[in-house]
Amino acid sequence: MTLNFVLAWQQLRSQWQAGDLRVLVLALVLAVSSITAVNFFTHRIAAHLNNQGGMLLGGDAVIKADRAIPPQYSTEAKRHSLRSSSTLEFASMAINADKNILAEIKAIDDNFPLIGDFGVQFLTERTVQNMRTRPAKGEVWVEPRLANALNLKLDDQLELGAIKLKVAGILLREPSRGGDMFSFAPRVMMHIDDVPATKLLQFGSRVKYQLVLEGNAENLKQYTRKIAPNLQRGESIEDVKTARPEIRSALDKAEIFLGLSAMVTVVLSIVAMLLASAPFVARSQEAAALLRCFGASKANIENIMLIQTALLAAIAGGAGCLLGYLVQFGLAHFAGKLFLENLPAPNLTPIVMGLLLSFAILFAIMLPHIRALKNIPTIQILRRNFVLNSSKIWMNYLPVIVVITLLIFLLAKTFKLALAFLAGIFGICLVTGVLAFGLALLLHRASQSKAFDNIICLGMGNLKRRLGLSIAQIVGFSIGAMVLMLLVMIKTDLMQSWQSSLPADAPNRFIINIQQNQVEPLKTFLSQISAIKCTPQVFAMVRGRLVEKNGQPINAEMFTEDRAKRLVSREFNLSSAAVMQTDNKLQQGRWWRADEAAAPLLSLEHDIAQALNIKLGDTLTYDIAGSKITLTVASIRKVEWDSMRANFFAVTPPETLAQFSASYMTAFYLPKNQDNILNSMLQQFPNFTVIDVASIMNQVREIMSKLATAVSFIFVFCVLAGVVVLYAALVATRSARLQEASLLRAFGASRKQVILMLLTEFTSIAVLASIVAVLVASGLNYYLSRYVLDIVYQFNLQLALSALVMALVLIPLAAWLVIRGYLNVPPKQLLNSI
Amino acid sequence: MLLSESEINLTHRSTINSTAILAKNLSKHVVDVTNKASANKIEILNDLNLQVAHGESIAIVGSSGSGKSTLLALLAGLDVPTAGSVEVSGRSFSTLDEDARAAMRGAQMGFVFQSFQLLPTMTALENVMLPMQLANRKDAKQMAVATLEKVGLAERLQHYPKQLSGGEQQRVAIARAFAPKPAILFADEPTGNLDIATGECIIELLFSLNRQANTTLILVTHDVQLAQRCRRQLTLQHGQLSAI
Repeated sequence: MTLNFVLAWQQLRSQWQAGDLRVLVLALVLAVSSITAVNFFTHRIAAHLNNQGGMLLGGDAVIKADRAIPPQYSTEAKRHSLRSSSTLEFASMAINADKNILAEIKAIDDNFPLIGDFGVQFLTERTVQNMRTRPAKGEVWVEPRLANALNLKLDDQLELGAIKLKVAGILLREPSRGGDMFSFAPRVMMHIDDVPATKLLQFGSRVKYQLVLEGNAENLKQYTRKIAPNLQRGESIEDVKTARPEIRSALDKAEIFLGLSAMVTVVLSIVAMLLASAPFVARSQEAAALLRCFGASKANIENIMLIQTALLAAIAGGAGCLLGYLVQFGLAHFAGKLFLENLPAPNLTPIVMGLLLSFAILFAIMLPHIRALKNIPTIQILRRNFVLNSSKIWMNYLPVIVVITLLIFLLAKTFKLALAFLAGIFGICLVTGVLAFGLALLLHRASQSKAFDNIICLGMGNLKRRLGLSIAQIVGFSIGAMVLMLLVMIKTDLMQSWQSSLPADAPNRFIINIQQNQVEPLKTFLSQISAIKCTPQVFAMVRGRLVEKNGQPINAEMFTEDRAKRLVSREFNLSSAAVMQTDNKLQQGRWWRADEAAAPLLSLEHDIAQALNIKLGDTLTYDIAGSKITLTVASIRKVEWDSMRANFFAVTPPETLAQFSASYMTAFYLPKNQDNILNSMLQQFPNFTVIDVASIMNQVREIMSKLATAVSFIFVFCVLAGVVVLYAALVATRSARLQEASLLRAFGASRKQVILMLLTEFTSIAVLASIVAVLVASGLNYYLSRYVLDIVYQFNLQLALSALVMALVLIPLAAWLVIRGYLNVPPKQLLNSI
Repeated sequence: MLLSESEINLTHRSTINSTAILAKNLSKHVVDVTNKASANKIEILNDLNLQVAHGESIAIVGSSGSGKSTLLALLAGLDVPTAGSVEVSGRSFSTLDEDARAAMRGAQMGFVFQSFQLLPTMTALENVMLPMQLANRKDAKQMAVATLEKVGLAERLQHYPKQLSGGEQQRVAIARAFAPKPAILFADEPTGNLDIATGECIIELLFSLNRQANTTLILVTHDVQLAQRCRRQLTLQHGQLSAI
């Protein structure tokens, strides 16, 4: 064993000195470092984004209850080393002299917020202060809307129930301004210790009790596991993802994208390594043949090769991890200055992943060769005339295919995405393989037609002469180009989708409780205000409880999922519309015709239909104020909830609900500093409830822009991996090309001719690779956009043309750069060195 | 730069100058890389002179490492001397850049290497056509087929080097060397990689084609018997040539 180790080490050293190993090691180091760096960075960004999301909760998770939270929940939190904070939320009238308004009161303890801070304006400060403090006992902070409505100034007294509290600050931003947006009324923030004195909370008062939690993710997970089964009716535990649908949607999209980026890096690196392994394998075979001549057994050879592979994987993997660790530090430092205030410290999982990956990839590449070596007669290796059984060559790639597949499933967040990615990779291999084969034959035929110069013919013919290698290069280039294009396409589409889902003039005020006879006066009122650009749409809302499905009673006990239970226990807002909203997408069924205006039909939102297991054609019976109505599900729609527009789970034709009394709602964009408009509207329509979603939208917008920047950083890694593929492909064929070039020079070819031949060959490869990459990337992008990321697909002609032009310039240029240094060396030296 | 058809005709088999190759005071030194500190120079060739007439066949013999292959490379313009000059058909290599030397080779020279140097990705026919394609010869294919038939490989035109035996590979290399009808043929240990019987067949073929084409042959070998088949035999020792 020691001898085998010594021999393995000596061979590795000599191969390193000979230069064969360097490209492979470089590829492996780059593969591992890029993956490690991406993993480090994505882990840290994900943790940071969760923190950002946490700011919207005020913590990492929150237990919500409709009655006082049992003390054992906070005792248990302490046992799990979690920090906790208790809050209360309830609605009450806030009064100043003769004015009053319904306010959303939030009472907080001394720990709140656990994550994030308040933005508050004080009497002495004109600027907004970001505060980790909270209102002192006897004081309140109020939102500007409330201050305006009640004509309150700082230091005034606000009457809340039985006590008066000093207005100490104007609350401009708060963490945890989440939850059900339709419950929004202006916020009053007070200290929890003042609540009993207000005497506002009586038996039967509607109060939302919350226990906000913060701490180590693992502890939180254990805590949740322990608490969740004991939650009583009316109690729920939520984290960032479950608490806020719009943030959840953004995080999910970001996670999918980051997962995709990591997968791209993995696949590109493996392609690079496959290409770079050829010279190392060839040298290893020669060395093994010599050892066999000197009496080494097959087992010796196998052991030596296995030791070499393990040593390489450990050395390159270790170097890669170290480099990845350093690179991500640099990135995080750089990124921190741009957009991330404080990234959480990296954990060591990516190091373990990086090392495992190094071993998995290298062994997957080397094992087939090690096995094959045992079966090839030594003399054939020495004569270099062994030919592998071509029907079994694909078996050599089987372990790599298995490793890629496993990695894709490991890294992809969804099964659907993994399948799409796998289908894309295998699809492009198949399509490019077939196309490359066809084109090589076509080029070969064209090269014999005498239509081209002899040198161009030789260059074109090279594609067919090195058919296997040409196909491998085209497939490698195509995959590189495809994934890079896919990233650009998806990034552009995602950004556009996010931007368009939250345009600058997206509605930021919702008005509810509009009565039927107020609809027209409201439209008139709004149309007279120049600050409101267009008269907003007014939606009818009828509240009804779902009681039967297909004639069978329906109740919460029939469902296991919490969400489904909640959905059937509460009333739905049924709305009516003649035409579907533009940001909705019909998934199944059809929208109603004009002659079906009063038909008992229903259009359901996709997620709710899925949660309640409702299918197209099902009949649903709603109980509306004691009367029942049965509606048939005519269509299922996809709704972009993160667009912040008014949307409804259930919509009927315009006349279907005419017999029921409805209230109405609308949403519109109110520019900054126009709150006085709302005041005059409320004077004219005192029963209206205005919901301000401007602050929540700003938070969402901020998170979106940080995600977009994060995505751009990860993208750089994928581009680097693509460059490594290009380099490895060129280096893998360098010795063959040098032999060819030097022979051509010996036979009288000029430098120009050699370069022309090389450029012809690589231009052919570039054209084919880029055309196939554009086609496949577009197809895959269509699938991902439509079925996974749920964004609108657009063919990006500009990008397709840029890819073609870039490939046509970069690939031949890179080929020329690799071989250029050798064109000035006398052919004799090259012939000697081969 | 490639020579035009008319230039080829002018220089090819020139009767104006009966000297095919003239090497004057040729030296080749290399630095001893194993002893960088002392920067010792190793003299491979030292002030060597050689004149070869058109149609003449000469053999250069010498022990391994004596510099035979280096001399051949310098005579063919594959390498550049440290000092001295080489003239081919009256044109000095020292006045030409690498491209111009390549053009001279393409127009006037053929090569047979010890290790065959066939391109593994090309068939026998494509390998033979290659030098003529580079010279933009329209008849490349006919010439290649005809020459391969001459060397007995009519049935092997579409075979790749790895599908041919060592002897067959060397016959392809010989066909490649003769097909363009070069004025000068350089052969570097043409039988070095072959067994005795195959080697004899190859030599027979080489000399027979040489006779038919009246090519100037410069043969490098350590095999004295083979050398004797040439009109003139020279030995290379200590960087100098001397007649045997």
